[in-house]
Amino acid sequence: MSVLFILIGISMMVAGTFLVAFLWSVFTGQYDDDYTPSVRMLFDNDLKEMNQSNK
Amino acid sequence: MNKSPECYHCGEQCETVITIDDKHFCCEGCKQVYLLLNETNLCSYYDLDKNPGIKAKGKFTSERFGYLDDAELQKKIVQFSSDTQTNVTFELPQMHCSSCIFLLENLHKINEGVISSRANFQRKEVFISFNPQKISLRKVVELLAFIGYEPSITLEKSSSRQSPKARVNRRQLYRIGVAGFCFSNIMMLSFPEYFSAGNIGDGLKNFFPWIIFGLSLPVLLFSASDFFVSGFKGLRQKYVNIDAPIALAIIVTYGRSYYEIISGTGAGYLDSGTGIVFFMLVGRWFQNKTYDVLSFERDYRSYFPLGVTVKQKDLTEKNIPVTDLQKGNTIIIRNEDIVPADAILKKGTAYIDYSFVNGENTPVTIRSGELIYAGGKQTGPAIELEVVNEVSQSYITELWNNSIFRKQKQGDESFIHPWSRFFTISLFSVAIAAVIFWWFVNPANIWPALTSVLIVACPCSLLLSATFTFGNMVRIFGKNKLYLKNAGIIESLATVDTIVFDKTGTMTEPNKVDFRYFGKNLSDREKSWLQQVSNQSSHPLSRLMAATLHVQQAAADNITGFREHSGKGLEAVIDDTTVLVGSDEIVHLKSEVKHDENKGSKVNVQIGNDYKGYFLVSNHYREGLAETIAGLRKAGYHLCVLSGDNDSEKENLQSIFGITADYKFKQMPQDKLNYIKHLQSKNHKVLMIGDGLNDAGALMQADAGIAVNNNHTQFTPACDAILDGSRVTDIDKFLRFAKSGKKIVTGSFILSIIYNIVGLSFAVSAQLSPMVAAILMPASSISIVLFVTLMSNISGAGKKL
Repeated sequence: MSVLFILIGISMMVAGTFLVAFLWSVFTGQYDDDYTPSVRMLFDNDLKEMNQSNK
Repeated sequence: MNKSPECYHCGEQCETVITIDDKHFCCEGCKQVYLLLNETNLCSYYDLDKNPGIKAKGKFTSERFGYLDDAELQKKIVQFSSDTQTNVTFELPQMHCSSCIFLLENLHKINEGVISSRANFQRKEVFISFNPQKISLRKVVELLAFIGYEPSITLEKSSSRQSPKARVNRRQLYRIGVAGFCFSNIMMLSFPEYFSAGNIGDGLKNFFPWIIFGLSLPVLLFSASDFFVSGFKGLRQKYVNIDAPIALAIIVTYGRSYYEIISGTGAGYLDSGTGIVFFMLVGRWFQNKTYDVLSFERDYRSYFPLGVTVKQKDLTEKNIPVTDLQKGNTIIIRNEDIVPADAILKKGTAYIDYSFVNGENTPVTIRSGELIYAGGKQTGPAIELEVVNEVSQSYITELWNNSIFRKQKQGDESFIHPWSRFFTISLFSVAIAAVIFWWFVNPANIWPALTSVLIVACPCSLLLSATFTFGNMVRIFGKNKLYLKNAGIIESLATVDTIVFDKTGTMTEPNKVDFRYFGKNLSDREKSWLQQVSNQSSHPLSRLMAATLHVQQAAADNITGFREHSGKGLEAVIDDTTVLVGSDEIVHLKSEVKHDENKGSKVNVQIGNDYKGYFLVSNHYREGLAETIAGLRKAGYHLCVLSGDNDSEKENLQSIFGITADYKFKQMPQDKLNYIKHLQSKNHKVLMIGDGLNDAGALMQADAGIAVNNNHTQFTPACDAILDGSRVTDIDKFLRFAKSGKKIVTGSFILSIIYNIVGLSFAVSAQLSPMVAAILMPASSISIVLFVTLMSNISGAGKKL
């Protein structure tokens, strides 16, 4: 049964990682604006430049 | 008439078409923006959304942003500044689509002085960092203005640069994150205790409670701290708010659990204890949904410009902050500029748009020597004014010197608080009864029974039902374009018995006027003449006239001798006939036919020597207003109408509001405020609905103040809620929905009391096992949340919201 001690320790560490990841994401402002990034990722910055280089 | 093509840039119908690269533009300004974007390979702007551009306002005088060169003023705007980098955040009310984000984030391609720019769509802000050696702040603003996104740089923005909202929001998320982590892990670790029936190894049996102990500490010390602080603050003011019993329940739960763990007598109730904290935090977060774009705290400062151009004695121009403006200063106001202080017109003709002040959309013509009130916007060429009152002492801004703006609005006590007090008292009675009972029967049970009662009967369900009901209702209101400042407003809305309406802009449709003609019949030919003449002028009334006259075929007669008399009207000669359009003066109107009121919005017509008649501009009431008002009257509300205008509309209004309503005309801003006070002194609960700066005092004084916003970029004064202009006629539905909120909360209270009775029956018998607590607590919380969310959605749908 003593293997449980280790398993609980590991599970707590895994869970702790997620907590830290969440806190970090809040800290870096990822929850401040939940709309703009969804639009930003769709921008194809080099669309026109690529077209021109293909010509 | 052929349908003219849409402008490739702004999507407006082109009157005169400029074509370049097979693309049509409505004006030189739009074309210039396109050329700039084309040059810098940013034409994806046009691919993301159709006609995304904002109509270029034409060339603006470059002096307009001259005040941004002033080092002192710059300091107020920029967030960070070094030799090579300056950071600044602008509010851009024009931001409206994904193309906007694309363009604003690619500013560095247009001007290499810009290092980077980042848009926040919901807040309508853009963060720009630029190299001050390559581009000045003023040039950045001018660039933004050129591509159509003129930043709103106002007095208010300079005094408070960062919004505390974001910080509060983050702190809330940290608390929820920590509480959620600890709660879920404690729950997992509690299972062995519940289901093992005691046959887990001794080592583990001692080990689990201590991990749980450790996990619960951050919840107690960090996540739950708000409840303690708030409850303690309430007690210090000798007042039991809803947080006090919650804080007590938390303390008792943790106290007993820690005692059991340390003494080794049990596992405690920490799973329930952390669970309630987590659920209540989620409830608060849900309720505190905020609208980033909207601000409910605005006063005139967020509307007035930061700097103004002053003409000095030696005739040189200088830019100074408006707060330094003094009596006797001569200021220059350019097109689209706002007059920051009451002033007398010295040079030029002013067409002042007072729509921000009183909601009236038609600009007023003001002649030399006349007074212009602060808050008016010049629409036309530059004018010179002499300041007669300082900014803070002006007609409109004086209102803010009233004490009502300095004190925090003290909302009525929520009906939840009496409930929670009742709840607390009955809880203590049950606890005392249990103690007395066990005193005689089995004194060993006193302590377990007492603590169990306090643990299981946590008033969290009271709090949860209120927060989730109102939180959900705030969302439903928001979907229907009524944006509430906070959830407490719902209760205020539910209790009002008197509704006070402002007339212009609230009940009337802005940008839509009835332009009616009175007089002799006009032939088609004459109508066509009038249209052609009015087409020549850019005066708002002329444009209105050109748009209203329905002419069969657009003839092109030979117009000679066209002259625009500033502030008076138009004169033109067509086929040897003189056509006069404009004020009483230009047609030399004799006194007997003079129309004595609405001087500014009357347009006379004279063709040849024949006085034909006049056009009258009057307000257009919103569609469906009459039905809404009828509904409100039937519901028993006392209605009042306040207007800054004269009583020429009284008959129209009476046909809508009936004769029992109160009418007040020619109301000054201060009068409106006093009137609300007067109603309140007669024990009325007042809802004020208004839109302009002149309603600001009344909105503030009323028990609930709703500001009507007719376009999203427009300024709204401080208020409790902002309502989109198109939904004014839904006000009766909103009020009924607000009332149903109270019923839903009461219903969920009854539900939670049933849960409490079940829980208490376990508790008083001193048999509350941690497992029963752990099942009962989340079950009651979740079912209450589901109940209120469902009920408020059903209720909203029932009222077609």
